[in-house]
Amino acid sequence: MSPATAPEHDHATTTHHHQFDVVIVGAGGAGMRAAIEAGPHAKTAVISKLYPTRSHTGAAQGGMAAALANIEEDSWEWHTFDTVKGGDYLVDQDAAEILAKEAIDAVIDLENMGLPFNRTPDGKIDQRRFGGHTRDHGKAPVRRSCYAADRTGHMILQTLFQNCVKLGIEFYNEFYVLDLIMVDDPDAKKPKGKARPQRAAGVVAYELATGDIHVFHAKSVVFATGGFGKIYKTTSNAHTLTGDGVGIIWRKGIPLEDMEFFQFHPTGLAGLGILLTEGARGEGAILRNASGERFMERYAPTIKDLAPRDIIARHMVQEVAEGRGGGPNKDYVFLDCTHLGAEVLETKLPDITEFARTYLGVDPVHEPVPVMPTAHYAMGGIPTNVKAEVLSDNDTVVKGLYAAGECACVSVHGSNRLGTNSLLDINVFGKRAGRYSVEYANSAEFVPLPDDPAKAVREMIEDARTAKGTERLSVLRKELQEEMDRNAQVFRTDASLKSVAATIHSLRERYKNIGIHDRGKRFNTDLLEAIELGFLLDIAEVVVASAMNRKESRGGHMRDDFPDRDDENFMKHTMAYLTGDATSANVEDHISIDWKPVVITNYPPMERKY
Amino acid sequence: MATKTAQPPVESGEVTSFTVTFIVRRFDPENDAEPYWQDFDVEMFSTDRVLDGLHKIKWEVDGSLSFRRSCAHGICGSDAMRINGRNRLACKTLIKDLDISQPVYVEAIKGLPLEKDLIVDMEPFFESYRQVQPFLIASSKPDKERLQSPEDRARFDDTTKCILCAACTSSCPVFWTDGQYFGPAAIVNAHRFIFDSRDEGSQVRLDILNDKEGVWRCRTTFNCTEACPRGIEVTKAIAEVKQAVLRGRP
Repeated sequence: MSPATAPEHDHATTTHHHQFDVVIVGAGGAGMRAAIEAGPHAKTAVISKLYPTRSHTGAAQGGMAAALANIEEDSWEWHTFDTVKGGDYLVDQDAAEILAKEAIDAVIDLENMGLPFNRTPDGKIDQRRFGGHTRDHGKAPVRRSCYAADRTGHMILQTLFQNCVKLGIEFYNEFYVLDLIMVDDPDAKKPKGKARPQRAAGVVAYELATGDIHVFHAKSVVFATGGFGKIYKTTSNAHTLTGDGVGIIWRKGIPLEDMEFFQFHPTGLAGLGILLTEGARGEGAILRNASGERFMERYAPTIKDLAPRDIIARHMVQEVAEGRGGGPNKDYVFLDCTHLGAEVLETKLPDITEFARTYLGVDPVHEPVPVMPTAHYAMGGIPTNVKAEVLSDNDTVVKGLYAAGECACVSVHGSNRLGTNSLLDINVFGKRAGRYSVEYANSAEFVPLPDDPAKAVREMIEDARTAKGTERLSVLRKELQEEMDRNAQVFRTDASLKSVAATIHSLRERYKNIGIHDRGKRFNTDLLEAIELGFLLDIAEVVVASAMNRKESRGGHMRDDFPDRDDENFMKHTMAYLTGDATSANVEDHISIDWKPVVITNYPPMERKY
Repeated sequence: MATKTAQPPVESGEVTSFTVTFIVRRFDPENDAEPYWQDFDVEMFSTDRVLDGLHKIKWEVDGSLSFRRSCAHGICGSDAMRINGRNRLACKTLIKDLDISQPVYVEAIKGLPLEKDLIVDMEPFFESYRQVQPFLIASSKPDKERLQSPEDRARFDDTTKCILCAACTSSCPVFWTDGQYFGPAAIVNAHRFIFDSRDEGSQVRLDILNDKEGVWRCRTTFNCTEACPRGIEVTKAIAEVKQAVLRGRP
């Protein structure tokens, strides 16, 4: 290993050095599930920009799918089919099969770790209905979602954290990982894009409390950094979901897969985007337009309000566009829970009941709740195989680098994720990332670090800390988010996407002239927001470039100018590569799009009707 | 310091906005010997949260104002702070629920070391949490789920809601004067396992909480229950643990 020392010119910043077999970046569900798997077998650290229990896994509400068949007949094969169909056939079917099969153990693991699931009268884990999950290949909704009231994600996050405490997992809290250390790998195959054949050797992090920099030398690095919903204004995502992990990977020249597919959850509190679980509809709540009509009956006659999210979100926007929205501006529809009764709301949906009361002053027991789609989940992300190994092109593994959870694209969600499949994803693929990363770490040697591995981060931090420009980061961020809402949301066109691309270019120019108020070292969140904005701009641009190239409508990607699914030309994953100077005006000059075949095993693509 | 009254409402579109005065307790460890109070006038809507006000200050006036936040809807537990003398989450406190004819005072939670502005060192809080063994202790590892009746599950439901925001512990006068006291949040998390029918570690936790810094330090002031943003009946949970300690079992 290399005894990295702080270079002589480094007077201002202290650099610390650590060495671990496995370093996990992110302490949400996927990261902590990986840690529980890796921790007992190798020296493991979890690095998180937050305290672990602040992670956004805790905001997930409705449940975690698994064909336990505790209430009614079910099978993992049906679950696989639903996942494939829900993803509009862009799902890799081998991965979906793993997801559905390993779901059952994943739920049992959590129960054994102490998760307080809701129970049936005979004491088994209770299950409820959720969008797109059906009996026997679409015949009727099935009870597959294992849940704990409407705080399933909270319980998963707490349970995983509790078990990390039990195992004595080492956490580095409020450490912002800002760079991935890659070293040349002479044994590796040259990947397709700009990336050299390289392997992972660690990460560099910025410590919020002190302003110090930390180099983590590692054999295996696991990215479990979550999503990037903050590229949009209206989102269910936390302020901290700025896609730093995905952005770091992108800047390293590793491609990003299927980034055009972003899920808009149908039931965000109107105007706010705060999530109201689909579990409400699982319990029987109904979407209505201004005249009280149950409009989903027209669009999905079999499963109605339990159609997958992409379909429902699209028709909500359509109802409003055609003048059937409610409220003074006719700009939302209603989630009607009034017939469920106070008891169901208070016991099975207590948190969302409180959200509606607190933030809109609407009591769901007595009145329908104004809702509109909210940016919720990235189906795309860092390409991986089913062992959670990161790929630098369609099939080249980056040694020592893993990704799991929302930041990754396996792809089990295809072009649209089913509700309850993300809490499942983080558990199944988080566990796999832990298992395979530790297996690799225990068979590999540390590779020497490059000279001064912290250089890029130190410069990034110092540039930001001393930025004296006239542009305000909050203004730039708001312009990005509003433009993304306007032109890259549920419905897109070539013109709308080009408008976003132009906006991003001009924002990037203005970003060079940004000013930072806080010049301190301790808890400098001003500086970090500026760095986060840089990642948001990069990622939004990849979303837009990928969306421009997919001239069809599929799942979460709806093109007004190409309204139909086009299997002949687009039954394939998008692979976006950074191939030029990211600041060049024309997107095509620095992002090139390639494709990757979809893995089809048992389910040939069919028309998607519900 | 100047005390301002609210400006007359301004019509913007159909929604009314107000000028709200925030008086924030600032502290920059790199520059200030002592904390001080600073006024900010912010244009706000009645449905805005205190967090929105802090963001407006940070994003439009003074980027150095430092506070923690993440989910912004009351489930991540990052932004517990003292608002008009009460511990609350900034993202769950709406302007319409405050008396904005008076300034809104915002400061860091008490009893934990102040780091910067509204940020405190959470480490002592998590250390107490870790000490009560906040995880399921069970010897068997069944192939399927352990069974648990809905009634047994309901027994500890309230304390599963804890988000570890520290609003309760940092509102406790005993904790203010004795930082060694476990504090309400740690006891809540012990309760969550002591009364879980699947758990076998109650005895250990009851012994831990029978310590001189354990449940007996609680003076039943109910500050914790009032402070809890999740509506957990914290004082009741502590009382149940006290009874269990006396009984020697859950």
